[in-house]
Amino acid sequence: MIDVAIIGAGVVGTLIARELSRFRGEVVLLDRSNDVANGSTKANSGIIHAGYDAEPGTSKAKFNVLGNPLFDVLCDQLDVRFHRIGSLVVAFSDSERETVEQLYHRGIRNGVGDLRIIEREELFSLEPNLDDAALCALYAPRAGIIDPWEIAVAAAENAADNGVEVLLNFPVEDIQHNRGGIGGFRIISRNGQIRARRVINCAGVFADRIHEMVAPPAFSITARKGQYFVLDKTAGQLVNHVIFQCPTQAGKGVLVTRSVHGNLLVGPDALEIEERENLSTTRDRLDFVRRSAGKISKQIPFGEVIRSFSGLRATPNTKDFIIEESEQVRGFIDVAGIESPGLTAAPAIARYIRDLLARMTGGLEERSDFNPRRRRVVRFMDLPEERKNELVRKDPRFGRIICRCESVTEGEIVDSIHRKVGARTLDGVKKRVRPGMGRCQGGFCGPQVLKILARELGRDATEIVKNEIGSYILSGPTKCCQDRDRPVGIGALAEEKAEYHEQV
Amino acid sequence: MSGIDREIVCIVCPTGCRIRVSGADRQQLTVRGNECKRGEEYALKEISDPRRTLITTVRIDHAPLRRLPVRTNREIPKQSIFPCMEVINRVRVEAPVEIGQVIIPNVLGTGADVVATRSMGRGARPGGPAQGGPP
Amino acid sequence: MNRFDIVVIGGGPAGMAAAVAAREAGAEDILLIERDRELGGILQQCIHNGFGLHRFKEDLTGPEFAERYIRRVEELDIPRKLDTTVLEITEDREVLYINAEEGVRTVSAGAIILAMGCRERSRGAINIPGSRPAGVFTAGTAQRLINIEGYMVGRRIMMLGTGDIGLIMARRLTLEGAKVIAVLARKPYPGGLTRNVVQCLYDYDIPLLLRHTIVEILGKDRVRGVLVAETDENSRPISGSEELYECDTVILSVGLIPENELSLSAGVKLDSHTGGPIVDESRQTSVAGIYACGNVVHVHDLVDYVVEESEIAGKGAAGFVLGSVAVGTEKMRPEDRKGAPVHLLPGEGLKYVVPQRVRGIDGEDSLDLYLRVNRVYGKSSLEVKLGGEIIKRVKRLRMSPGEMERLRLNKGVMEKINGSDLIVEAAEVNG
Repeated sequence: MIDVAIIGAGVVGTLIARELSRFRGEVVLLDRSNDVANGSTKANSGIIHAGYDAEPGTSKAKFNVLGNPLFDVLCDQLDVRFHRIGSLVVAFSDSERETVEQLYHRGIRNGVGDLRIIEREELFSLEPNLDDAALCALYAPRAGIIDPWEIAVAAAENAADNGVEVLLNFPVEDIQHNRGGIGGFRIISRNGQIRARRVINCAGVFADRIHEMVAPPAFSITARKGQYFVLDKTAGQLVNHVIFQCPTQAGKGVLVTRSVHGNLLVGPDALEIEERENLSTTRDRLDFVRRSAGKISKQIPFGEVIRSFSGLRATPNTKDFIIEESEQVRGFIDVAGIESPGLTAAPAIARYIRDLLARMTGGLEERSDFNPRRRRVVRFMDLPEERKNELVRKDPRFGRIICRCESVTEGEIVDSIHRKVGARTLDGVKKRVRPGMGRCQGGFCGPQVLKILARELGRDATEIVKNEIGSYILSGPTKCCQDRDRPVGIGALAEEKAEYHEQV
Repeated sequence: MSGIDREIVCIVCPTGCRIRVSGADRQQLTVRGNECKRGEEYALKEISDPRRTLITTVRIDHAPLRRLPVRTNREIPKQSIFPCMEVINRVRVEAPVEIGQVIIPNVLGTGADVVATRSMGRGARPGGPAQGGPP
Repeated sequence: MNRFDIVVIGGGPAGMAAAVAAREAGAEDILLIERDRELGGILQQCIHNGFGLHRFKEDLTGPEFAERYIRRVEELDIPRKLDTTVLEITEDREVLYINAEEGVRTVSAGAIILAMGCRERSRGAINIPGSRPAGVFTAGTAQRLINIEGYMVGRRIMMLGTGDIGLIMARRLTLEGAKVIAVLARKPYPGGLTRNVVQCLYDYDIPLLLRHTIVEILGKDRVRGVLVAETDENSRPISGSEELYECDTVILSVGLIPENELSLSAGVKLDSHTGGPIVDESRQTSVAGIYACGNVVHVHDLVDYVVEESEIAGKGAAGFVLGSVAVGTEKMRPEDRKGAPVHLLPGEGLKYVVPQRVRGIDGEDSLDLYLRVNRVYGKSSLEVKLGGEIIKRVKRLRMSPGEMERLRLNKGVMEKINGSDLIVEAAEVNG
């Protein structure tokens, strides 16, 4: 029997898995999706918050403030890019000035260091492109930006390197708890079952459903959709910090920030939705984001938009994180409702879960062979020229640029495929090494990445998917009869493939 | 024989005249709407014997690419297009191939040859087999 | 560091024609750099015909046209680097490139010719809302997958955009067994040549829906359908007119953008009307010794015009390097030329004019202007005005944004240029 099963491989689940991999015991990380970081983490804004926003005394506040300082060491160990660029909550009116002051005091109460309120002159020297109505701002130098995919993938890889088994395409359909007898939980999906002594529920927007498979309802989760624009790197210099508007009931509001890769990110809005799988962007909400961002700056070059996307927050009815062992079902731990500041809180939550498990089990034994450091990732364009040439001499695949927009080499793509929890899909490569994130949005590199995936995984090009199973990119080879009435992605594609292989 | 009454969009020059061809039978056709003589000739040809150049690819083995682009070296009757595609799709060519090389002579008796529109040498697909992760 | 007289960036028709012209004009050390594994650029995947009607008086396919220039490059023994990407160029005309054999190298050039072509506008750039499933392709990417890689992209296709690439691909997809359910144009007229509308859509009974657009893409993992709406006079979707079309593939042919990232890295100034560098009549950009030609300057319809333009650039770059431009053996820099350049501006009815500057350096007998109008014109005229006076006027039966116009200013007209700006305008002619 496995010691701990973690349900949900987003940034929370992966960091918990990594933390637990320091200790003896078998850990399994499950996810219903075809890759890690495919849920809320996929659409995260990537902001490491300072910690003034959450209500004092809440778990949100506690874990935000505990989590923020952990990122420097964590990102060094996992080789993840992280920039403490600082954040500004900007007041555009006198009543908003009051809000800024309230946030300042709240931040002090929460234990956030280095907070300052800055006035117009200093504000515009830091941010010349702000709208002229800006009066003052709460300046939090300890806030930062990160790539949320990168940290989740890195944590999963490091966890797997340290012995964690990662099971993807494992949609949990039922959990049976064996109270007497052997104890433990039987976790059942259509693709297999596992048995574990303890379960950690990190299932994001589905955390309440997972909880209710084994325990009476204790909380409910609402999916709240947020939509964003990503702008070309030419727009990345518009702002130097993470720029927030004053928060309202709905949340932190539409923000403008540069991303850790140099793009400009604008969004998100917030809208409660019924369907927890609905990830569509909509014209009206994107228009709202555009208008709302205009409050921050009129100079946002929306002509440079390269992409828009959306994601779902897991909003708990309790309005705070739910991180606790279930009272009714011992051994079942919920880590639910991890909406903002969830990313910032994640490393602190992981430690807390570790301590909780230590108490539950009477002590965790450290593994002597735990390695906290992920093998360094090659970021080819960032290397000095001699290192670049050394690398190309050793492996000529680093001499071939595949993604022209982001200057990503074949060597980096191949590496991302062969690491533990490596890329197996087009989006998987994009998440890990960026092809498809640039201005051509994969138009040029897509066919090449697809061929590299097929070659490295030993599959036919027609088997490669964009993201989930069923998201086929190609419908088959040319020169074969197509059944025009059967759409791609539906039905027995396997049968059709057998037919193609005979003919080609 | 029933009457003919069809509108043709002329493609001879960018104007794109809409030409109406009508009449009781093929011997008594009137052509209206054209601004020049070339248009009249084109419209009559389109009614009596519409032809097109067919362009596609064929499978090729032992070349760096999987497909070789080909064309018919003269226009073929419009109604032969899909039947010719079926013939072309069954062909497998061996590299090396020279530009202009006849791949299928006189396809389906149309009088047109299917020829290669580029040269392709013999050689492996670039990239080679998977070499695994970096050293 | 190696030095070349001329480094040409891009081995498609523009780069090849420019390199050949430069060599024929006397430049010795030329280096042609191409990122793909072979020369030919986009022509290798444009397997359809219609190329070379003007240049060779033959109806060639893209690969056949490319082969003419590949052979010439080989005959002239012009050195070339394939599978090589240029990472950066500087104002001092240094070129940084990378490939698998050499790693990263810098070479310096007497002159650079930019011939990088263009990229396609993506779904993200035009913001079609909805889910983000697999099965959404730009027409050029689909063309590469089908013609070069040999794979089909889908079975039931909805296409947005009626530029020539889209029309050609509608036919190609149909020939390979897919069903193209409809092709949509936001405007009331198609963007591509009438010839293509007839031979790609009408021939295959593919419905052409003018004044329609896609307002949402549906499908979780793979495209399942699209919502199509009618558009109003401003090409904006009309709320309430949405209809669902089931499909498994969306093809977008919604515009091409000159690829000028490298140009910007050298400080080359761009024209917002074309998306490409501001160039003079020899195709020199705002940076001395950096020339540009082909789709990187402005998106062309005919490769025949691309080649014409590239030959001008090749000769210009050779002239720059050899110092044979008007003033004896000294290399002439822009600031040495007599007077400031005359600006050529797009006026009423014009989207753009190329070249944007005239220096009169070569004492040419004539100058060809390449331009596009910004709407459809019936019986009309193009007028070149100097200080309000019309110095050249040509009649046209029909003009549209999808068809580039060429207008020749002959010696008599050229002699009138006195330093004032020139404005080119279009006007409807009544009666």
